[in-house]
Amino acid sequence: MTVNMGPQHPSTHGVLRLVLELDGEVIQSATPTIGYLHTGIEKTAEQKKWQQVIPLVERMDYLGAQSNSLAYALSVEKLLGLEMPQRVKDIRVLIAELQRLASHLIWLGTHSMEIGAVSMLFYAIRERELLLNINELLAGFRFFPSYIRIGGLREDLPRGFHEAVNAFLDRFPKKLDEYEGLLTKNDIFLRRTEGVGVVSREDALAWGLLGPIARAAGSDYDVRKYFPYSGYETYDFDVPTATEGDVFARYRVRMQEMRESVKISRQAIRRIAPSGVWACDDSRVVPPPKDKVYTEMEALIQHFLIYSQGFTVPAGDAYVPVEGPRGEHGTYIVSDGTNRPWRVKMRAPSFMAIQVLPKLIQGGLIADVVAVIGSTDVVMGDCDR
Amino acid sequence: MDAPAIVNALGPIVCGAAYEVGPSVDFATIYVPPDRLVATCTALRDIPSLRFNVLVEVTAADYFPRDPRFEVVYHLLSIPNRVRLRLKVRATEKGTVPTIQRVWPAAGWLEREVWDMFGVVFDGHPDLRRLLMPEDWEGHPQRKDYPVQIRKAAQIYEPLEVTEEEFRANLERDRVKRAH
Amino acid sequence: MPPSDTQGHGLDPELPILTTTVERIVQWARRSAIWPAQFGLACCAIEMMAMAASRYDIARFGAEVFRGSPRQSDLMIVAGRLSRKMAPAMRRVYDQMPEPKWVISMGACASVGGVFDNYAIVQGVDQVVPVDVYVPGCPPRPESLIYGIVQLQQKIARSRA
Repeated sequence: MTVNMGPQHPSTHGVLRLVLELDGEVIQSATPTIGYLHTGIEKTAEQKKWQQVIPLVERMDYLGAQSNSLAYALSVEKLLGLEMPQRVKDIRVLIAELQRLASHLIWLGTHSMEIGAVSMLFYAIRERELLLNINELLAGFRFFPSYIRIGGLREDLPRGFHEAVNAFLDRFPKKLDEYEGLLTKNDIFLRRTEGVGVVSREDALAWGLLGPIARAAGSDYDVRKYFPYSGYETYDFDVPTATEGDVFARYRVRMQEMRESVKISRQAIRRIAPSGVWACDDSRVVPPPKDKVYTEMEALIQHFLIYSQGFTVPAGDAYVPVEGPRGEHGTYIVSDGTNRPWRVKMRAPSFMAIQVLPKLIQGGLIADVVAVIGSTDVVMGDCDR
Repeated sequence: MDAPAIVNALGPIVCGAAYEVGPSVDFATIYVPPDRLVATCTALRDIPSLRFNVLVEVTAADYFPRDPRFEVVYHLLSIPNRVRLRLKVRATEKGTVPTIQRVWPAAGWLEREVWDMFGVVFDGHPDLRRLLMPEDWEGHPQRKDYPVQIRKAAQIYEPLEVTEEEFRANLERDRVKRAH
Repeated sequence: MPPSDTQGHGLDPELPILTTTVERIVQWARRSAIWPAQFGLACCAIEMMAMAASRYDIARFGAEVFRGSPRQSDLMIVAGRLSRKMAPAMRRVYDQMPEPKWVISMGACASVGGVFDNYAIVQGVDQVVPVDVYVPGCPPRPESLIYGIVQLQQKIARSRA
């Protein structure tokens, strides 16, 4: 029997379509169809100036928005040859880790809701709202703050930022224990997840799954450890791994990752002074301070140039990966030396995960499809771009 | 590991390939002639000192009106050696690039996406269909000579995949099968 | 006999009688229990989830029963950008919903295409389905969407059954 699942289905995390060939309850084969959320972001980005691309890339993987903008900003800075001050690096690390927590909370809520633990969604979103409050504090925007910019940050940290982050970091580990108490030893949860959707380490790497899925299968690859960026080499944290490669192992890895993120965030917030530099001192990219714009002619001209024409980036190409919530996010950019990008390409971890999805669900039961899709934590905006 | 070292390591394994080291700001970039691509990739994966075990991504860039027009870009990663590598293959509008799906299975959809977006044909690809755009789409959107915005009404109905007669025949066949 | 408080409600505490028209009571029932279809497309769908969850709690406005099947729902919240590839599927979902049905276009992309003025995105879902309420924002805050739903409720109250 052939069953069509999606593109509009409550448990496909957006607009993924799966055509399943069934023999009774057992899945013989599966064919995913993607592209239902293809937005043409890469083409649109070629029409914008370098700085204007930040809001666009944030809307690709909308759950890990600031990992995308971090990857993009880092790759443009690579071409420009910019080095960030230490405070900017620390703030970026903090923001990226908070974004990882926010993304994992949505994963936790939806994944456990789909396999029966409905109340988890409400708990997870309760804590996520606190993270969105922090975003709102930063930029007045809950979802896509566009706070990370090429050349640094948008502006200095707002008042009350440290208090908000510290309050969250004090509260969150206790809540995490609560979640684990609800799920980790829950018999129903274990039966739905253990031994389901197994992938081996070799397969995971051959299919390009770099991220929590590969780490749950025994790989220890984490961009933050292997190719440190933004000062991750100075932080003390572990990379959680598991060897089973099933849905439950992915759950354990992500839960542990959240604890590590809290650890990194604590170190970062301790390093960040409440006020200080928030951008590099390169006058090509960063507009001069407002008081100089009002008093000095040179500064006024520079301000005008940056906001009207934008800045140019030397010709060449660069690829900078970051460890996003779903795995290796990378931006490949090509510049032709003008003020607009020639090509912007996001490396999408969800794309790779959906490619391998038929392998994970083949031979399993139809009820497991939902558990496996949830555990791969795919975001269709990331996949289709 | 820099680009000349990788080219030197490849030299004895892949005979007669004219590699070209490209400029780069982040990690080694090598231009590979299309006819040597599969052999190069297999060697990069299997030589013990290189061991590029992960294909991170495949993409392309359109340098219209330059000729050859496209550059297909492969990003490789060696987890054991902590090294990244970029391979580039030049492709003309009519020419083809061999598929590397036998080397890394992950290339399947990535190459399909490049074909969908740029129209670069991958020789030997088992399933070169549209991936992101609808099946009946015309043109390859990421090409530089493709417009950003097209003014046409959104298609509301998908053509049915079976005709009405086929649908009735299916029902009838099902009914007969159940009766037996 | 003291005057009863009957201001416009037709309600007398002494008498168990309610006077109204059938039309008004039908529309009252319809607007007080809107069942939205679970139709999330992109970023806005996450804010739609946030609206349904603990902090904003759309249950206060009687619209918390998100249905997986369009056959059981009477409101479609188009949450996110609609690609040309998705347009036929969305129209089919809309056609499957029973009458009476309403559509809220959530966010800039669904309303006018938003920042994505390009080949892939339908520039406004009103090309595909009739829209009752547009909610601006990218993505709109949950409060905005709640306001949109309240606007829709008022619209239902005003319209004829």
